[in-house]
Amino acid sequence: MSALESLDGGEIAVAIWRGAATGRFETYRVPQRANQTVLDVVTYVQRVLDPTLSYRFACRVGVCGSCAMTVNGEPRWTCRTHVSRVCSDGRLEIAPLANLPVIKDLAADLAPFFDQWAAAKGRFTPTRTKAEPLAAVRPDSPARQAVDAGIECIGCAVCHAACDVVAWNPDYLGPAPLNRAWTLVNDVRDGDRLGHLAAVAVDAGCHACHSHQSCASHCPVGLNPTRSIVGLKRAVFVAALRGEL
Amino acid sequence: MSGRLELWLFVLQRLTAMLLAPLVLLHLATIIYAVRGGLTAAEILGRTRGSLLWGGLYGLFVLAAALHGAIGLRIVLREMAPINRRGSDLLAVVFLLLALLLGFRAVGALT
Repeated sequence: MSALESLDGGEIAVAIWRGAATGRFETYRVPQRANQTVLDVVTYVQRVLDPTLSYRFACRVGVCGSCAMTVNGEPRWTCRTHVSRVCSDGRLEIAPLANLPVIKDLAADLAPFFDQWAAAKGRFTPTRTKAEPLAAVRPDSPARQAVDAGIECIGCAVCHAACDVVAWNPDYLGPAPLNRAWTLVNDVRDGDRLGHLAAVAVDAGCHACHSHQSCASHCPVGLNPTRSIVGLKRAVFVAALRGEL
Repeated sequence: MSGRLELWLFVLQRLTAMLLAPLVLLHLATIIYAVRGGLTAAEILGRTRGSLLWGGLYGLFVLAAALHGAIGLRIVLREMAPINRRGSDLLAVVFLLLALLLGFRAVGALT
């Protein structure tokens, strides 16, 4: 039994970031509930204690990727993080995602994150029109398996917040956009494989990754962007030697 | 343009790594072999003097290590040191030239 379960029916002391780039943590006392998520706690504060608190969420079930925040120092999806899992001493500290500008309180500005998706050319380039038959893709082909391993990204920016290289170099394309690029490089239906490789073989592209694997250890849906980036490095290496880039 | 330079430096670093891996193993194996029964300068020189093979291998080793190290050092400096790009490029080139100079001087003395 965790310390928190023993507090069931008691209270959690929640320190929440208030402000933008500058601000302070304010502490709120929130009733303890069974199976409470961190998002439940934030929602309680906003609805009951302080309606001026800003935060972002949508689906509440781990699909949309809107509610990521820094919980006790680590980036997490708050809707599927049980308080009992992250808080052992009855205290919680919730801050906006790191490595992104803060709009207000817990709402980070994700524009730089999605700009990197565009820069990494994370866009599918179709090769067929809807008049043509569907492409037949074998699910057990190695290329499709590589796509499947990375395709379930929900765009929550947890990896972006966890990445040391993003923290050092804001121009770095980042784990999620590079993971996306890798799924497109392996998609046999995509018509611009070399365009995707060229987009990531840039100054702060896939080569800037140090393989710290912070992205992989924090990804809430269990993806491994580091592995995708290693794949990109290899594909770029081969393409460069073949004179294709 | 800077992207193309980064790309080719990465390719060069990978290629030199592929060379370094077997060369380091060979170097370690040679050390273990050479120290059996004591280590003397005469014994080492007896093996390497006039040998095109050892001279060639260690020459390749020096070239690969200098390039590999300089490219890596450039990135480390860029990410960790409070200097600009020109500064890290310049320091990496200085390191490259120094490593080549000292390395080939040593190879020259051995062969």
